Amino acid sequence: MRERRSNVLSESSATKPQSEVSVPKLLFESGSPGRSGFYWPAEHEKGQTTIPEAFLREDIPGFPELGELEVLRHFTRLSHRNFAIESQFYPLGSCTMKYNPKVNEVVARLPGLAQIHPLAPVEILQGAMELLYNLERILIEISGMDCISLQPSAGAQGELTGLMLIRACLTERGSPRKKIIVPDTAHGTNPASSTLCGYDVVQISSTARGVIDTATVAKVMDEDVAAIMITNPNTLGLFERDIEAIAAVVHQKGGLVYLDGANLNALMGVAKPGHMGVDVLHMNLHKTFSTPHGGGGPGAGPVAVKEGLSEYLPVPRIVKQNDKLGLLEDCPKSIGRVRSFFGNFGILVRAYTYIISLGGEGLEESSRMALLNANYIRKKLEKGYQIAYGEPCMHECIFTDRLQHKYGVNTLDIAKRLLDYGFHPPTIYFPLVVSGALMIEPTETETPETLDAFVEAMLAIAQESKENSDVVKNAPHSTPVKRLDEARAARKPVLRWDPGQGGAE
Amino acid sequence: MRYTPHTLSDQEQMLRVIGIDSIEQLYQHIPETLRNRAKIELPGGLTELAVRRRLAALASRNATATDWSFFLGGGIYHHFIPSAVDAVISRSEFATSYTPYQPEVSQGTLQALFEYQTLICQLTGMEISNAGVYDGASAAAEAVLMSRRIQPLNRRRVLMSRALHPHYRAVIATYLKNLEDMQLDEIAFDPSGATDVAELKRKLDRESMCVIVGYPNFFGIIEDLAPIQATCAENGTQLITVTPEPLALGLLKPPGAWGADIAVGEGQSLGVPMTLGGPGYGFFASQKKFVRSLPGRLVGETVDTEGQRGFVLTLATREQHIRREKATSNICTSQTLCTLASTVFMSLLGKSGMRRLAEVNVVRARDARERLVSRPQLQACFSGPFFNEFVLRASNLESLLSRCAAAQIVPGVPLGQWYPELNDCLLVCVTEMNEREEIERLVRVIGD
Repeated sequence: MRERRSNVLSESSATKPQSEVSVPKLLFESGSPGRSGFYWPAEHEKGQTTIPEAFLREDIPGFPELGELEVLRHFTRLSHRNFAIESQFYPLGSCTMKYNPKVNEVVARLPGLAQIHPLAPVEILQGAMELLYNLERILIEISGMDCISLQPSAGAQGELTGLMLIRACLTERGSPRKKIIVPDTAHGTNPASSTLCGYDVVQISSTARGVIDTATVAKVMDEDVAAIMITNPNTLGLFERDIEAIAAVVHQKGGLVYLDGANLNALMGVAKPGHMGVDVLHMNLHKTFSTPHGGGGPGAGPVAVKEGLSEYLPVPRIVKQNDKLGLLEDCPKSIGRVRSFFGNFGILVRAYTYIISLGGEGLEESSRMALLNANYIRKKLEKGYQIAYGEPCMHECIFTDRLQHKYGVNTLDIAKRLLDYGFHPPTIYFPLVVSGALMIEPTETETPETLDAFVEAMLAIAQESKENSDVVKNAPHSTPVKRLDEARAARKPVLRWDPGQGGAE
Repeated sequence: MRYTPHTLSDQEQMLRVIGIDSIEQLYQHIPETLRNRAKIELPGGLTELAVRRRLAALASRNATATDWSFFLGGGIYHHFIPSAVDAVISRSEFATSYTPYQPEVSQGTLQALFEYQTLICQLTGMEISNAGVYDGASAAAEAVLMSRRIQPLNRRRVLMSRALHPHYRAVIATYLKNLEDMQLDEIAFDPSGATDVAELKRKLDRESMCVIVGYPNFFGIIEDLAPIQATCAENGTQLITVTPEPLALGLLKPPGAWGADIAVGEGQSLGVPMTLGGPGYGFFASQKKFVRSLPGRLVGETVDTEGQRGFVLTLATREQHIRREKATSNICTSQTLCTLASTVFMSLLGKSGMRRLAEVNVVRARDARERLVSRPQLQACFSGPFFNEFVLRASNLESLLSRCAAAQIVPGVPLGQWYPELNDCLLVCVTEMNEREEIERLVRVIGD
């Protein structure tokens, strides 16, 4: 039996400010045998459960035994050890960390949207079906595509779904083909999804200007290539200007064009993927359409296609007949299901709420302000950092640590020092083609004052790098924990609390 | 506009800094043919009040578990969620942070995920767990792909129980379709509603990569994993268990104790609202020796430069952002806010609460089945032990369903859409949310 343990802070830590308070205990290191934060009287006599004894467990060894307040206090304390959009500027490139509106959360919790069961008859789910149907139409309008499935759970699953559609279509045309072209600036999910779909990856280099050119694609494009995956704007924050010509080259050899819509936040009212020669597109609703990132999900990754590919979309499809909405399961050419039920409905509700809140003009304004904010930072930061590419950027800009090298300061140091200034760092060391990349995406929901404060911090760090590089190299200094030993974590993985391991105490 | 704070004078001042006259100049380099057609033809924006009214109107056209009597399970379960769960996951520090790439300022999420991994290990009896995947169905598909990474090339046959959730079977089929080396075979269920072990033994051989079964299965039946595991072990085949209703593991011997190699399932039932079936999350557990083949995020314990305990994302060399086309999976989401909800849920219930709630489900389901099969038009379809779901055969299912609908009752999920031989059958689920009076009302309506 476990000993009774106290959750009270030790005397020395009680006098420290919050940020210096010692590491919180784990759930499993507090509590007392027999305690629970849940009350429900027994409804049967012992041993009366009709399930054979051999199938029953005695106990759940190690499981928590805590009261309700203890549990709440534990998680509230943990929450204080997080940076988040609502407390800090979070310019994480390629993640679109915009404000997550509160109204989205309120409506997503309405019983008529949260307390509904996916296997109830569709006749009593007409409100949910209409929401899904409307969202489909809206996303088609925004993207310029023809048909859509809301089922994929996230961008990466959207990619896999999109590639499966391409494979199904090409198989029917005669051969699934063998290869997918992926630029060197692509997200890692692109090549990983290609492999999962049974394809080999052909990586192509972007030009010195940071984009891909038609000639490079033409050189590798042949009858074995199923598709090219393009991110536009790409992960350098640059618009792929030649996309229409590239699409023509790919189409001419019988291939298809996949657009990674991760950066759609730059394009609303600016250009529609459906006009660029794109056949398949996924969108990340947790980026462009403001649903919360939740510390790593849940998101949603709908896949939109051009007419010729619609019959391959996942089932079920939502269809309208005589003003009633129904589900179409019988689609012989469909790739099938990629997950259970209808996708991440709760996320789709939030995205829908955001879109109707802003309307068409509001969405266009969002993209325009995202571009304005990114270019504003780009201009102001040039004073202290090397910009990776010369062109005007779209929604994000990339700097490097080149100017700081001579002081022994690198991108990781700069990122860690930013934490001391109260800012979440940009995405670092990505895209891989830029050495020491700092990828900054401010989003449209930030004020110029916040951008100024961020720029000031970055320039102060550039100054510190020259004058007092140790303070940068040893950063962070003010966070709840200091730099963590990631090599040790990987070398001897400790992936769960174990009463026997000792190190946990 | 609502969420963009820029005044006109802000914009002018920013344009001056950039050195241009208009925002349009920032995207003049985009071909005109694209720009000219870019307008989004949608209605104008709405006030927050109008938005709330519009969403409330849509919501009012759905039947909820509060207004209707639902006896619906089949992979998504209506359970009680303590108020403290939503209080924690509504905290913006959790909801509006991102994947913890900067561990120094993400210890809250990282520690909660480490605790989640531990809870899943304890609940499933397995040695390791990842931080979560999309849902139960894709977890099942990822489990098969993981087995493919572990097993030698001459083992590419997957034996899948037909009593596994139909959506999960469909997703596994979708994921495997494009991998030309894979073979997918189904195993029938027997009159008890469990996987037919005799057929499994006949089909299993030294080329079988893995066997995949529900625990409890789609019919609510608690499979006897002992003979299944034994025959798998004899043949060097991996055993994958799939648990769509993990509350059952509060009471049942866990997959790890039966010798499962990979144990996955859907976590929604532990503290996540039904929300039309998503978002929930897939839990994914395995044995330590397979850790480098695991898909998805993993959180590990380490120390900082001052020797303090801290947590980081680890073993990232399995993942897409490092390994690209050689990654174990393309997944980079762990449904973190949903796994956090479950972490809080399991912490509140704890050891005794998990068992108690599981027992209440078993007892109420058992009593409900007894009451229901006492009606002449209903009979139990399967004889095996069950958790909180059971299958009934109805003499006139169509009329039963419409009488129930008139009384605002959904008595279960008709099975004919997936199992033609069960087209007069209904999968009935009874949880702690179904009061005894509700069951009595169902019995009365059926008896009319």
